[in-house]
Amino acid sequence: MRNETDRNGMAVGDVSAAINAENVTKAFGTGKDKILALNDVTVAIEENEFFTLLGPSGCGKTTLLRLIAGFDHPTIGTIKLHGKDISHLPPYQRSINTVFQSYALFPHMTVAQNISFGLEMLGKPKSDIKETVAEMLALVKMDELRNRRTDQISGGQQQRVALARALAPKPEVLLLDEPLAALDYKLRKEMQIELKRLQHETGITFIFVTHDQEEALTMSDRIAVMEAGRILQVGTPRQIYNHPEERFVADFIGSTNFLSAEVVSISEGDAKLKLSSGKVVSVKLPSGMVPEKEVTAVVRPEYAYLHTETEKNGDLSGKLENIVYFGTDTHYHIRLPDQTLFVTRRQNQREDAETFAVGLNVDIAFKPNSIQILRD
Amino acid sequence: MKGNVVLVSNLEADAQRRATRRSWLLSAPALLVLFFAASGPLLIVLVYSFLTSGEYGGIVWKFSTEAWFNVVFIRDIFDDSLGLADAHLRILWRSTKLSFITTAATLAIGFPTAYFIATRPRKSRNIWLFLVTIPFWTNLLIRTFAILEVIRNKGLVNMLLLKMGIIDSPIQMIFTDFAILVGMTYVYLPLMVLPLYASMERLDFNLVEAAYDLYATRAKVLWRVIIPLVKPGIVAGSILVFIPSLGAFVIPRVLGGGKKMMLGNLIELQFGAGRNWPLGAALSITLLSIVMIALLFYVRNMQNDTDGPR
Amino acid sequence: MTTTVIKKKPFSLKRQPGFGFIAIACFVMLYAPIFILIVFSFNIGENIAVWEGFSLQWYESAWNNEAVKDASVRSLVLALQASLYATILATMAALGTTRTRPFKGLTFIYVMINQPLMVPEIVTAVALLTLFAIIKTITGIQGMVYLVAAHTAFCIPFAYLPIRARLEGMDLMLETAAADLYATPWKTFQRVTLPLMWPGIIAGAMLAFVISLDDVVITEFVKSSGQETLPTYMLGQLRRIITPEINAISTVLVSLSISVVGVFFFIDRKFGK
Repeated sequence: MRNETDRNGMAVGDVSAAINAENVTKAFGTGKDKILALNDVTVAIEENEFFTLLGPSGCGKTTLLRLIAGFDHPTIGTIKLHGKDISHLPPYQRSINTVFQSYALFPHMTVAQNISFGLEMLGKPKSDIKETVAEMLALVKMDELRNRRTDQISGGQQQRVALARALAPKPEVLLLDEPLAALDYKLRKEMQIELKRLQHETGITFIFVTHDQEEALTMSDRIAVMEAGRILQVGTPRQIYNHPEERFVADFIGSTNFLSAEVVSISEGDAKLKLSSGKVVSVKLPSGMVPEKEVTAVVRPEYAYLHTETEKNGDLSGKLENIVYFGTDTHYHIRLPDQTLFVTRRQNQREDAETFAVGLNVDIAFKPNSIQILRD
Repeated sequence: MKGNVVLVSNLEADAQRRATRRSWLLSAPALLVLFFAASGPLLIVLVYSFLTSGEYGGIVWKFSTEAWFNVVFIRDIFDDSLGLADAHLRILWRSTKLSFITTAATLAIGFPTAYFIATRPRKSRNIWLFLVTIPFWTNLLIRTFAILEVIRNKGLVNMLLLKMGIIDSPIQMIFTDFAILVGMTYVYLPLMVLPLYASMERLDFNLVEAAYDLYATRAKVLWRVIIPLVKPGIVAGSILVFIPSLGAFVIPRVLGGGKKMMLGNLIELQFGAGRNWPLGAALSITLLSIVMIALLFYVRNMQNDTDGPR
Repeated sequence: MTTTVIKKKPFSLKRQPGFGFIAIACFVMLYAPIFILIVFSFNIGENIAVWEGFSLQWYESAWNNEAVKDASVRSLVLALQASLYATILATMAALGTTRTRPFKGLTFIYVMINQPLMVPEIVTAVALLTLFAIIKTITGIQGMVYLVAAHTAFCIPFAYLPIRARLEGMDLMLETAAADLYATPWKTFQRVTLPLMWPGIIAGAMLAFVISLDDVVITEFVKSSGQETLPTYMLGQLRRIITPEINAISTVLVSLSISVVGVFFFIDRKFGK
């Protein structure tokens, strides 16, 4: 597992990286209509890693994937594969394969023929091809359907064929463009586990694109959160979830509470923040950040507790406005004196009666080390 | 950094330039053939219309506007006075008149037919289309002959009516304007139905439903909802019928005899017995111009439609 | 006194009064004349309205007619050549004009390719007559080459349309996927684009074939004496009435048309999206 990496996830002089994107910018259109799909993106993706590009539609994740695959060239910047500059190489000269969102299976070929296509194009000997195809079919459990035409199999089966087809030529990197988007919930969950298993078994670097943050959190070794053509943060799922550094990241991943706070003092990577309630808390500063007087802090709902006001030593206090029961959890909506809404979450232990009532004045206490300052 | 920008941007521009060049190369052979055997010769016709007629047909390379003059006017050979070329004008008038009526007739018959096909259940639609397409791909001559067989004096209609005692002597239908009209309507009907069908197939019947919901009667729905929505099909079909009608040659020849000439026959005459190639050329250019105007109208109409709501 | 209950038809969204009737009448009208023609090609007598008995005599006499045979062969050879050349040219043109970024001159190419559809046949016929007259005097070349060239030209747009339609409907991703799987542009064309284009190419070729076979006006003007095709022969035979022989020939041609259209629809159903 990775240790704490720097903001861009790139260790300087890192030659073991499978893919290096360096200062990549992609512009579409000219003059006034110019759009920067990617804006000075730099990222290093390691060997044998399940790396996810996560972001809303239009953030540039698919564009970056296409640049790595070779379907388009960067306007500025380079793409490197194991240290070798491939920016100008056509896709058929890159040892990188893609699983397309629409699968793009060849309708005039059978399952087996689709899978063998890449190997045929590479000029592999017939016996090798036969062997590899059998291997792939077993890997994705599609042996019985090998001679079926691809327009006669189900969506989930097509997806597996697309996967096998891209893995057969044993590429150095596998790109997956929202491959699970068209599947129903149950199938998607199954395939998530399958993909993770495949990546471990084959040891091939997987670069996965999705807009589903839950999917990203469950499957990835590392995630790059993207928005409007930029990479906002790179890190492991835990890092991204517990230590979001940008407002967008905090908001996009899970739900969170935003608090405005005043910086009282700074010393050696720690800052003392005064919350709206007047309480002063100590928070670790993100590396290299020089905060302004006013900052935004975030706290995840599940890291905050409610007490009745009798205890009176909470970090914040307010009026309980709403209690929402979710079966597994209960959410509490508290209106703070400055009119901000604060939500806490509690996992229901067993069928006990609700101890809180709407209208009550309550205290909120944060778990230690659960506040994060945003770079904003 | 600046050098880097120029270098990689060129990569894109290069790829685009290569793609465009490839497109031209691939299209070139077809374009060449078409230029020499279709478009190019039209220029020759234009040139010819400004030359002098040769003694035994053909042309003499001497500039003259006589041909254009003769399209509309006639110079009396005896007293050199000017008169209108009656024959020509009558033919021009007949061509235009018959083309318009044919277009209207095919629209009147074709609209319900296309609508009928478009409202059949999806499975059977193909069969109906198949039935409409077959006459379309049957030889023009054969279809014209078929009509001839039906409307001539000893033809089907007359013989039936005579047999049934409804008439005493055959009705003269052949060799009249009416015959040409029937022939053109019959032959060009599929050309109206197919584009109309294409438009109607895309019709969103939810809109019709909404209209009924808002108290419209059937007639109102037809007039205010359906027809405006299939306007592109109506225009396309009209153009597809009007243009060949205007330039019809075979149909007036077969069904009109030698007497009822249309523009196409008049043109042919100049290259045959009439021996006036420049005049034939001028008449051809005239025909072409009318067609171009009709096409322009069509294109203008299509552009307007894409601006408005679909 | 009995009260009658008037049974009203349930409301049908799509029904328009009278349309069904006109439509059916239209179909009847479309087919009746052709049907008559076919039926009476088997008639012993010459008179259209008097059925004298079944006979294949007209087919026989047409079959034995040297002029008919000559014209048929010429028509077929011409149509085969024209459709072959037109299809090849149209395929290349379709590849060059479909799914590309709009570039300067694309509209020009469209106009040129579709031009035979927009210009009345008589005008094209006249234009070709004048051009070929000049070429003949200059070079002295005679023969079928002029007809072949003329037919190829006006068949191109007919071949082009179905091929282009097929190409446009093809998933762009498929060729991207092929490139991703190490196929060079040529290999991609060979193994992915072309196989998927075939139904369109075949449809285009058949259309071109039928169009060439059917042509009357242009052929009539461009041909030299002795170069009769079936349609021009039939036109020449027309003397106020139609001989039953013509009926027979017509019937054969109609069956040919039906078969071609049938195959066309079959292909469309099997390979269409």
